[in-house]
Amino acid sequence: MTDARPNVALFVTCLVDLFRPAVGFAAAKLLEDAGCTVTVPRSQTCCGQPAYNSGDRADAAAIVRRTLPALEPFDHVVAPSGSCAAMLRLHWPALVADEPDYADRAAAVAARTWELTAFLTDVCGLDSVDAAYDGVAAYHDSCSGLRELGVREQPRRLLRGIAGLTVKDLGAPEECCGFGGLFAVKYPDISGRMVSDKADDIEASGADTLLAGDLGCLMNMAGRLKRRGSAIRVRHVAEVLAGATGAAPPIGEGES
Amino acid sequence: MSADAPTSHRFPENARAALADETLQRSLASAKVGFRVRRSEAAARLPEFEILRDEARDIKNHVLAHLDLYLEAFETRVTERGGHVHWARDAAEARGAVLAICRAAGARTVTKGKSMISEEIGLNAFLEENGIEPVETDLGEYIIQLRHEAPSHIIAPAFHVPKAEVAATFRKHHTALDPARLLEQPRQLLEEARGVLRDRFLAADVGITGANFLIAETGATVIVTNEGNGDLTQTLPRVHIVVASLEKVVPTLEDASTILRVLARSATGQEFTSYTTFSTGPRRGEDLDGPHEFHVVLLDNGRSDLVGTELQDVLRCIRCGACMNHCPVFGVIGGHAYGWVYPGPIGAVLSPSLIGVEEAHHLPSASTFCGRCESVCPMRIPLPALMRHLREREFEKKIPPATQRWGLRIWAFLAKRPRLYRLATAVPLRLLGRLGRRSGRFRSLPMAGGWTSQRDLPAPQGPSFQSLWDRAGGRREKPV
Repeated sequence: MTDARPNVALFVTCLVDLFRPAVGFAAAKLLEDAGCTVTVPRSQTCCGQPAYNSGDRADAAAIVRRTLPALEPFDHVVAPSGSCAAMLRLHWPALVADEPDYADRAAAVAARTWELTAFLTDVCGLDSVDAAYDGVAAYHDSCSGLRELGVREQPRRLLRGIAGLTVKDLGAPEECCGFGGLFAVKYPDISGRMVSDKADDIEASGADTLLAGDLGCLMNMAGRLKRRGSAIRVRHVAEVLAGATGAAPPIGEGES
Repeated sequence: MSADAPTSHRFPENARAALADETLQRSLASAKVGFRVRRSEAAARLPEFEILRDEARDIKNHVLAHLDLYLEAFETRVTERGGHVHWARDAAEARGAVLAICRAAGARTVTKGKSMISEEIGLNAFLEENGIEPVETDLGEYIIQLRHEAPSHIIAPAFHVPKAEVAATFRKHHTALDPARLLEQPRQLLEEARGVLRDRFLAADVGITGANFLIAETGATVIVTNEGNGDLTQTLPRVHIVVASLEKVVPTLEDASTILRVLARSATGQEFTSYTTFSTGPRRGEDLDGPHEFHVVLLDNGRSDLVGTELQDVLRCIRCGACMNHCPVFGVIGGHAYGWVYPGPIGAVLSPSLIGVEEAHHLPSASTFCGRCESVCPMRIPLPALMRHLREREFEKKIPPATQRWGLRIWAFLAKRPRLYRLATAVPLRLLGRLGRRSGRFRSLPMAGGWTSQRDLPAPQGPSFQSLWDRAGGRREKPV
């Protein structure tokens, strides 16, 4: 059909798909509000990081080959995760670099792949969104988004316009939360200390809400905060930006 | 722990012990903040810092592409100036070369400047076995030598030892001194070590130092220190032995200067260390001081095998320690847990190459790939990518436990088959969603003990996004 709206494939990520659909719907709403036509390609499961980061290169490459065609028809691919977006953007081309049938195609998709908040600001030119949230939020910069994609200002810029919300930085904003995918279960003691230190930092900030752009990190931090009985509400940044906090209770909290 | 007996295969147990060690935890907490702040301030003060990092990287890449050429040039220059170069393929050959020189010099005691290569080849224990007493003269190294410990950091070997324990160690060993003396201030500890070491410097027959650089155009070796002990180690005894690994060579003085500008800033946040000492051969006729003999023991120990491989970039390392200072894992477990000489991200890449993937397989796996090491490495070594490469080697060798490998295989089987994936996940998701609806999380769950031992598992909402998207009539394939 006919409009000049960019066609965006929502790469929903396996964690959002399985654990928190609310984030997927929030991302879709944000993209539509920004003037995009959003499609969810059916043939997506995961970006392949569990295999790739475990040294299973063959399976990771197979997932790239399997998923790539589903993303190719779109103007952009957007993921509500810095980690998964970085996987598509930086690591997919490397994984199939030696395969003539896929190398250029992976590079082309990589060049059109974005982390959600970076896409909204840097590509759609958004400066603010129309939403309200009553609270003081600490923002956690997830490592992949921060260091692999340079996502730092984008979510803060969008959050600045949210009515009723104050955003704070953490004391050690560049410190990893200790998630690291399978690291969290392979080295639980080390991961536990890291997330405990992070939880201390979050609590010391005086925030009543924790926001971040990656569900893995959020589940790790929410899990630790809830384990120690913290009342801090944990949400994906997309939920707040989309004004969609009514769709699901905060991460790790029940329907009471 | 000693250099000869790595305990890297016991990394999880080592880490658990480190996490439970409250003294260590206090040292770690204060050390990491200081190192990070100082490095970041030093980098910010130098506008061309990022450009210098590129130049430093390029210099070392050039060297690694012509390593044989520069090493031969270095050897030629050293020899021309009356020094001797001893090529050592492995640790045993390097130890043997050092011992032969010491024996020929009739040495009974040797003083030592700080050298990680000396740790790598287990030199101290070897010299002791052969009746030669090594005396560490770097304050940190001296402290851990007295305590029979290994360094826990490549530039701050004793940072894990609190002041009070240093004082206790000194009281135990310096028995000739007044027991009533005060040892509360760092200054007092420093003065005492300096006094005790003064006599050792004068008595030593041989001085052994490492090298931060070997300069091909002049045959000079360079050390950077903050205590001046290195200078006394190498100028007072009759014989000076430099032990260095072969990738330390750089073409020119100019190149060394470029790398020096990023080295101290990345390490301690200093512009330059207090001393940057160039040693070029033995004393010449007109010299007032300096050693009569000058030897360089050049260690390979597996490094040349890395040239031309996916791991070559690790040979750019200049041992500044920035990667470990910024590593969140090192930051909570310290250096000893890594179980061998080189801790932190650089150790995670280097150790498997030097002591084997089987011994050191945990090290590259115990990273979240947060990428902070790479972001501060002055030589721009892509440490996470190198760790990932090592994980691939481990996976090929089937080193990870069978349960992990099978879990991964089943997951990958499904992840490659979207329809099956959705079928297989639908029922467990709904079940977990229902079970977790009230509290929103699980305190424990079968087969999720690794997760729930440390934190609750947030419950899934229930149906997957994909199924809800279908139900809501969301757009699927076929854009127009």
